[in-house]
Amino acid sequence: MHSASAGQQPQARNTGTDLKAGTPRSVPALLQVRELTKDFDVSRPWLNRMIERSPRQLLRAVDHISFEIERGETLSLVGESGCGKSTVARLICGLYAPTDGSIRFDGVDLATITKRSDMLAVRRRFQMIFQDPYASLNPRWSVERIIAEPIRSHAIVKGDAAIRERVAKLLSDVGMAPSDARKYPHEFSGGQRQRISIARALSSSAEFLVCDEPTSALDVSVQAQILNLMKDLQREHGLTYLFISHNLAVVSHISTRVGVMYLGRIVEIAPTKTLFQRPLHPYTRMLESAIPDITMSGKARTPVAGEVPNPLNPPTGCTFNPRCPFAREKCRVDRPELLPFDGARVACHGVHEGWVPVEVVRQAPDHLA
Amino acid sequence: MTAPLLEVRHLRVEFNTRRGTLVAVDDVSFEIAPGEVLGVVGESGAGKSITGTAIIGLLERPGRIAGGEIRLEGERIDNLPGEAMRRIRGRRIGAIFQDPLTSLNPLYTIGHQIVETIQAHLPMNHAEARRRAIELLGEVGIPAPERRIDHYPHQFSGGMRQRVVIALALCANPRLIIADEPTTALDVSIQAQIIQLLKRLGREHGTAVMLITHDMGVIAETADRVAVMYAGRIVEIGPVQQVIHDPQHPYTTGLMGSIPAVGQDTERLPQIEGSMPRLDAIPPGCPFNPRCPRVFDRCRVERPDLLQANRTLAACWLHAPERKAPGAGRDWSEGAVHA
Repeated sequence: MHSASAGQQPQARNTGTDLKAGTPRSVPALLQVRELTKDFDVSRPWLNRMIERSPRQLLRAVDHISFEIERGETLSLVGESGCGKSTVARLICGLYAPTDGSIRFDGVDLATITKRSDMLAVRRRFQMIFQDPYASLNPRWSVERIIAEPIRSHAIVKGDAAIRERVAKLLSDVGMAPSDARKYPHEFSGGQRQRISIARALSSSAEFLVCDEPTSALDVSVQAQILNLMKDLQREHGLTYLFISHNLAVVSHISTRVGVMYLGRIVEIAPTKTLFQRPLHPYTRMLESAIPDITMSGKARTPVAGEVPNPLNPPTGCTFNPRCPFAREKCRVDRPELLPFDGARVACHGVHEGWVPVEVVRQAPDHLA
Repeated sequence: MTAPLLEVRHLRVEFNTRRGTLVAVDDVSFEIAPGEVLGVVGESGAGKSITGTAIIGLLERPGRIAGGEIRLEGERIDNLPGEAMRRIRGRRIGAIFQDPLTSLNPLYTIGHQIVETIQAHLPMNHAEARRRAIELLGEVGIPAPERRIDHYPHQFSGGMRQRVVIALALCANPRLIIADEPTTALDVSIQAQIIQLLKRLGREHGTAVMLITHDMGVIAETADRVAVMYAGRIVEIGPVQQVIHDPQHPYTTGLMGSIPAVGQDTERLPQIEGSMPRLDAIPPGCPFNPRCPRVFDRCRVERPDLLQANRTLAACWLHAPERKAPGAGRDWSEGAVHA
C-alpha cells in the first residue's frame, strides 16, 4: 500500500491521514513528496572504466522516500552525516533533479512545469536557508542588494524607494536595524548573517522555507535567538518549514513532526512528542540515547555500537540490521516498509510483528527544574 | 587534597596586531588534579582553545604569553625553550584536536606514525614499539588492530580516525591530555563512543583531561569540574553538577537556559540578547555587563574577580560579600528574560 505507484490519483490517496488519523482533509498538503529517489554517479572516469573493465557505480543517496508537509507546520528530517537529509532539501529546492519520484507543491507536480514563467511563480513561494552564513552571502554585495535581489527578480514591488522600504521592513522583522542595509556581510557576526539570510528568504513573500542546518554553525546562545526568531516568523507569516538537522534537541524544540533518516530512507516519522516519548525504530532509540543530555549528568547510558555502513554497498534487507540489537533473519533479507503504527509510521519488522518491545522512554518534560 | 598536576596562574595571552594589542586570555587561573577531567566551555572566541594551546606551548605568532605562569607537577613550563617543551609535549602532555584528518599524516600508515611517536619518547626498539602500538589501538577500540595498524588514515572512518588520534596522544602515557573539541566533527552516535572512551581512559590510567568544547552536553557527561569562559576570562568554575543545576553567574544561567533539551516543553528558549564582544571592544568592568539582565553600577566600572558563590566560584559582583544576593542564578526567569 505504501509503495503504490506515484502520481496515480494523488489527491484521492490517503495523503498523510494515517499520520493524523481521522483528520478531515479538504486541501492537499503544501508539499507532497512521493517515492523520491536520487542516485549519484560515482563511477571512475570513462577511460578508467574501459581499461579496468569496472562497471558504472551508483550511490543511492535518497531511496524512495515519501512524506508530506502541511501548511504552517515544521517537518524535520534528522539523521547522521551521509543519511541523505541534505540531498532531500536540495531535491525539493530544485538544486538537484530527482532520479525518480515526484514532488508536488500546492498540488502541482514540479516536474510537469515546463514554462519558465510558471516555474518562477512557484519558485518564488519557496526559499532556502543554508548552514554556513559565511558562505551563503555575497561578500561584495551590500545587505540591501542581497535582500533586494529576490524582490527585483520576482518583481514583488517596483521602484527603488518601495524596494528600500521593503528591505527596511524585512530587516526589522528579523531583529536588525534598517540602517544595517548599507553595510556589508563582513561587518556582521554569524548570528546576524543568519538573520540576513532569513530576511532574504522572506523577501519574495515565500511561504515555504527549506532550512538546511540553519543553526549548526552558531553558538548556543545565538542558536536560541535564531530558533526563537524562526518560531516568531512562522507564527506571524504562517510559514511552513522543512528543517534539516542532526541535532535532536534542536529538532525536538522546533518541529511539529520529525522524520528519522538512515542510509537514504525514512525509518520512522511521527509527531515530535510521540517520537521523543516513545521512539519505535531501534535506530531512533539509539540516536536518542546517544544525545549527551545535560540533565543526566554523570549517569551511564546505553553504549552505541558500530558505524553507518558504506552507502555504496548497503546491507540487504533493513539497512540498520548490522547495528540493530534486535535483528533477526528476516531483517537481513526483507526490506521493511514504512507502515503506520499507533500514531506514527515506522519501517521495522520487529515493531510491527511485536518482537521488538515498545517502551515509553520519556514521561513528561524533563528539562532543568 | 593532592598537589595539582597542572597549575595555571594569572595566565594572560596577547596578540599584537596593527590595530593594537588584543588580550585573548585575561588573568585565567585554574588547577587540574591528577586523574581529573576539567571541562572548559564557552562560545567561539571566548579564549578556551587559546588557553589550551598556551599550555602545550603551541601558540603561534603574533600570539604570546604576556603574563602569569603554568606549572606541570610543580615545574614551570611556560618559559621553557622550544626543545625542552617538545620533550614534554607528547611525553607528559598529550593533545587531541578537533579534526582527526589534519592530525594524521596521510602519507604514512597509522602504525608508522604511532611507532615513531612511541620511539621519540620512550626507549623502545621497533618491535617493542609496534607491539605497544597494537596494544594501544586495541585499547581505544579499533577492531583487529594487528591488521589495521598497516592501514593509511584514509582507510578509516571519522570516528575510527579520532580513536587513532587518541591512541597517538596516549603513546607515552602522559599525565595530562588536552582535548580540544574532540567530538565536534563526529556524528552523535560516534560522539557518544568517544566520550565513553575518554572517560574510561581517564579512570584506568589516572590521566587528567582538559576537555575544551562548546557542547555543554559533552561536558555534563564527562567532566568532574567545569570552567565557563567569556571574553577571555573564566566567569565561573566549579563542580559540574553545581554549575549546570545551580549556576551562579548570569552568563552561565543564560547559557544553560538557551540549550534546547529533548522533551522540554517550552514555546521559546530563554535567550541572551546580543553577542559576545569582539576582542578589540571588550567593555570595561565586567565584560558581560552590556548583556547582563542583573547589571548594576559597579559592574560597569569595576572588574569582578572569582568570588565564592554557593559551591562554585563566580566572577560576578552579585556575590560580593557586602551584597548578599542569594540564588543569583535563579532569578533569571523573573522578568529579566526577553521572552
